[in-house]
Formats: sequence, structure tokens, C-alpha cells
Amino acid sequence: MQMQNFKNPVVNWIDHRLPVFSFMHHELNEYPTPKNLSYLWNLGSLAGFALVMMIATGIILAMHYTPHVDHAFASVERIMRDVNHGWLIRYIHMNGASFFFIVVYIHIFRGLYYGSYKAPRELLWILGVMILLLMMATAFMGYVLPWGQMSFWGATVITNLFSAIPFIGESIVVWLWGGFSVDNPTLSRFFALHYLMPFMIVGVVLLHIIALHRFGSNNPLGIDVSGKQDTIPFHPYYTSKDLFGLVVFLTIFASAVFFYPNFLGHPDNYIPANPLQTPAHIVPEWYFLPFYAILRAIPDKLGGVLFMFGAIAVLFVLPWLDKSPVRSGRFRPIFKVFFWLLFADCILLGYLGAKPAEGIYVVLSRLATAWYFFHFLLVLPVLSLIERTRPLPQSISAPIIGGMAMAGAAAKREKPDA
Amino acid sequence: MSEATTDKGRRDFIVVATNTMMAVGAAAVVYPLIDQMNPAADTLALASIEVNIAGITEGQAITVKWRGKPVFIRHRTADEIQTAAAANMDDLRDPQVDGDRVQKPELLVIEGICTHLGCVPLGQKIGEVKGDYNGWFCPCHGSHYDTSGRIRKGPAPTNLGVPPYEFISDSVIKIG
Ligand code: HEM
Ligand code: FES
Repeated sequence: MQMQNFKNPVVNWIDHRLPVFSFMHHELNEYPTPKNLSYLWNLGSLAGFALVMMIATGIILAMHYTPHVDHAFASVERIMRDVNHGWLIRYIHMNGASFFFIVVYIHIFRGLYYGSYKAPRELLWILGVMILLLMMATAFMGYVLPWGQMSFWGATVITNLFSAIPFIGESIVVWLWGGFSVDNPTLSRFFALHYLMPFMIVGVVLLHIIALHRFGSNNPLGIDVSGKQDTIPFHPYYTSKDLFGLVVFLTIFASAVFFYPNFLGHPDNYIPANPLQTPAHIVPEWYFLPFYAILRAIPDKLGGVLFMFGAIAVLFVLPWLDKSPVRSGRFRPIFKVFFWLLFADCILLGYLGAKPAEGIYVVLSRLATAWYFFHFLLVLPVLSLIERTRPLPQSISAPIIGGMAMAGAAAKREKPDA
Repeated sequence: MSEATTDKGRRDFIVVATNTMMAVGAAAVVYPLIDQMNPAADTLALASIEVNIAGITEGQAITVKWRGKPVFIRHRTADEIQTAAAANMDDLRDPQVDGDRVQKPELLVIEGICTHLGCVPLGQKIGEVKGDYNGWFCPCHGSHYDTSGRIRKGPAPTNLGVPPYEFISDSVIKIG
């Protein structure tokens, strides 16, 4: 890393001994970024923002929350009614989880479409899938904390997934519970882990960013940056674009928090947990629905669990399933169609996950589940062999100036003429 | 020390022995850190419960709580006993004759925990759906149990469990 010379002598003195300022300058200021990024590239920084927001509101909630089966529900109600601005902080945390998932899901589909998981970004992608898994675990345990009916039965059903493991499954579940059902020991350990895991996410996010900055962002064309003329410095160009995206995000988010705070939630969770009565219709939070649909589609307990985890596992090996050398879906006419089919399939799975497991819904769940795996395990590997891709532009600058890109011409173009 | 005087075999032995002891030490430290999550002594010291069954009339069912979970006690009708006993073993996913699941045919005592993912099946209260086999129906993912609490249809792998219980008198049973 090149040392920077800062105007402020104090900054310079510190930087000479502890080069954090040079580091930040290098990674967040001059950091060369492809100049053709679309708004889909805003979602990464938004996810980072959401994470910080969740940690800030979460720590505040923890100051007022009591992790005990006799007091948890009441303490959350107290946050809502008596703690100063408690309602606001809890609604931000509650809706924040949903919006965090919206952002991350769009971020993932962006990566799927533009082939961002391909060499040399395989590890970057895998770290991302790890973040998704950690987020799911965190959100699941957080949802248990208010100790409503959905909290309790969600915890029961999800922990019971592990009982499907042959031989040791039952002991694992008892170990997870610390008893013979979801009870106080379960609640207190979930609280401890719910506090811990976001910080583990922070750690993996740092690795994710280190991996990102090794080769820089992918871009809508999916071709490598060919030189300085293809990039612009991160600051002020993308800092301002990211901030604009943040304002749009916050506008939508604030509308949800202030006007529809319970829209994405489930009313049953405002009923205190009752271990003797399962609600007639239990559904997980919306962000788990596609996986829940896959779980229920398989008429066998172990099979259902394996397929559900398999749905994430295929993402880990995706860089080796799709071997096509062309990254961006823009130049892959058949892939593009299948991408949108997969997208529709995931939405359909989400819809089916919210429906009762009977009749036509079961049949559709099975078909949609089959399609999901068919896409990853068959379509992608076969397409990478047979698909005829469209010709790639010579460089990022080339399509803008008409295909005859030369380094000089592109560089000139950076200053608008007249 | 020159190469010639180094005894390779003895060196390897020391390395392997040290590493082994380190692994044993690490395991000894990790074990309590993992085992602490298993049920604590007070959780394990679960009292058994006594239930008066005299008041349960034929066709009626009650739910009691044992070990934090519901236990279903149903006073079965002659018709229910008859269909439970008549079930063809080949039709059962987890074959078990009705006689092995009860101490007295009219009194069925089972854990009210679906063996799929742990929801409480419906069918205890009057008016609740009882499923295709007139026993219990789990609303979570659609498991149907018969009048002996055996799994007949849906994702659950095994029959509803039978907790340990004994008759203290004709009208009182002790569960656990
Ligand atoms: C990755 C970041 C996080 C996610 C996705 C997340 C998710 C959730 C969710 C979904 C809930 C349930 C909200 C409800 O329905 O009431 C919740 C509750 C809670 N979370 Fe978090 N959380 C995160 C970070 C944190 C952190 C860092 C803390 C700090 C201790 C925290 C503390 C709490 C507390 C005390 C509750 C219970 C109060 C309540 O239910 O509103 N969370 N969290
Ligand atoms: S928990 Fe009963 S069917 Fe899944």
C-alpha cells in the first residue's frame, strides 16, 4: 500500500505510525471502480448500513429486554409502551431485519445475473453465502426472543429439524434445547447467540470486502477492467451514488416503520407463547418461506431437511456448476431466460411456503422445488457447454464510444467535450 | 548437532506424543464447554405427575403437561378401539399393534408432540379436525394419526410416543 501525504499534520503523524488513514484513502477514496456500475451495485453498501443499524438498535433493545420465559413477552411490550421511543427502536429492529433480507436477496440475484461468482471471485461469493447463513441463524434466534406464539412454535419446528439426523438427531435436539422442549434454557442461549452472531457477521463482511477489493467490483458487462480509462475513483463518484441510494432506501424503510410496522409480521406473535397449543397456521417470517416450501415439499422428514439445506449448499458450489467463461447474463441469451425462470420459481416457492400444505399447493411445491435444483444442477452446467454467447465488447469504454475503443480515445471521453 | 547423530525415529515419537497429548488436553477442555448446553441437573430432576382420569367420559380427551410438553389422554369409544385394533400392519409406516400402545384398551395415553417437527396435533377438543383416520391431525405440515396415535399419512416418520406411566388406582395414573 502506498503511503499518503495528508495536509493535516496530526493525521500525518498518526498515519506514519498507524497507517489507517492511508488504508482508508486507498480503499474508500481512490479505490478504482468500474465506471459502468448500475444501481444494482448499491445493494452492498446498503446491506452494510442495515447491519450497523441492526446492531445499534439491537444493543439498545438488549438494555430493556429480559431473556426469561416469564418476562420476555412482557418486557417487549414494556419496550413498546413505556420505554421512551422504545416502539420506534423495536419497529426499526423488527422491520430492519426484513429490509436487510430484501437488500441481501437483491444483492444475491444481482450476483447471479451478472456472474459475479465466477473466477476470480469464487471466495468472495462463498463468503457472501456464509453471511446469508449467519443472517438466517441470527434472524431466527431474534424472532424467538419476544416469546410469542410464532416465536415458540417457530423455534420448536426449526430446532426439531435436527432430529432428522439419523441416530444422534434426538440427542442433538435435547442439547440445543437444554431440556426436553423449547423452554427457558433455550431462550437464554438464543439471546446470548443472537447478541454474538451479528458481530461474527461483521467479521465475515470484512473478509468479504478484502476479497472484493482484491480484484474490484464486477460490472454489468461482466468483462475485466482493461485499464485506468475504465474506472473512476470510488470517492466522490460512488460515495455520492451510494448515499443517494441510501436516501431512497430510508424513505421506503421509514414508510414501513411509521405506517405499516406490522405488515410483514404475524399477529399470532402478539399472543404469549403457549406450549400446549400450536397456532392453526404456523408460518415462518417471509424471508424463510422459499426454504420452508422446499422443506414441506418432500414427503420424508430427513429428505425435507436435506433438500432445504441443499438449496443453500448449491450456492456454495455455484462457481463450479456454471463454467461458462462469460460472466454477464447480457451476453447469454439462453441463460437470461433461465435466470428469470429461476427468479419466478423462487417467488413461487415463497408464495407456496405461506400456503397450507395440502392439495394443489403440495404438487406445486414439489414442481417448484424440482425446478430450483434442476436449474442449478443441470441447466447451468449444460448451458456452459452448449450456449452460444453474444460477442463481448472489447472494453468497458468500448460500447459507449462505438466499439472502436482505444485507450486514448476513452481517456479523452472522461472530460465531457463542450 | 550433525545430521548423522539425529535420531529421526525418536524425534518423530516426541512430535507425535506431544501432539497427541495436546489433542487430548484440548478435548478435555472442549467437552465441558459443549456439555454445559445439555439439560442441567434441575431440568433432569423432573417430577412425575399424577392425573385423575375418573372424570374423562367415553369419547372425551384431556391434555396435561409433562416435561414441558402436552400429553394426550383419550378415553376411547368402542368404535375407536375396534378400528385401531383392526388396522392392517402393512398399511402402517411404523407398524405397531394397538395392544402394545395401551395398558387398558379404553385409555390411550400418548405424547401430544408430532414426530415430524414437534407441533401439537389437533383433535383433542370437540370440533377440531381429526384427520383422515379420525385420530389427530397436525396442522403444521399435514400429518394424520389414527385412533391409536399411529402415523398414517404425511411427513411424520413415527407414531406418537407413549410416555412411561402406571395405574396407581383405577382412577389415577402416574406419568413419568
Ligand atoms: C444481523 C443483525 C440482526 C438481525 C437480522 C436481527 C433480527 C432480529 C429479529 C427478526 C428480531 C425479532 C423482532 C420481533 O419480531 O420482535 C430481533 C429481536 C431482538 N434483537 Fe435482533 N437482530 C440483529 C442484531 C441484533 C443485535 C446486535 C442485538 C444486540 C444485542 C439484538 C438484540 C435483539 C433483542 C434484545 C431482541 C428482542 C426484542 C424484540 O423482539 O424486539 N439484535 N432481532
Ligand atoms: S410438525 Fe406435525 S406435520 Fe410437521
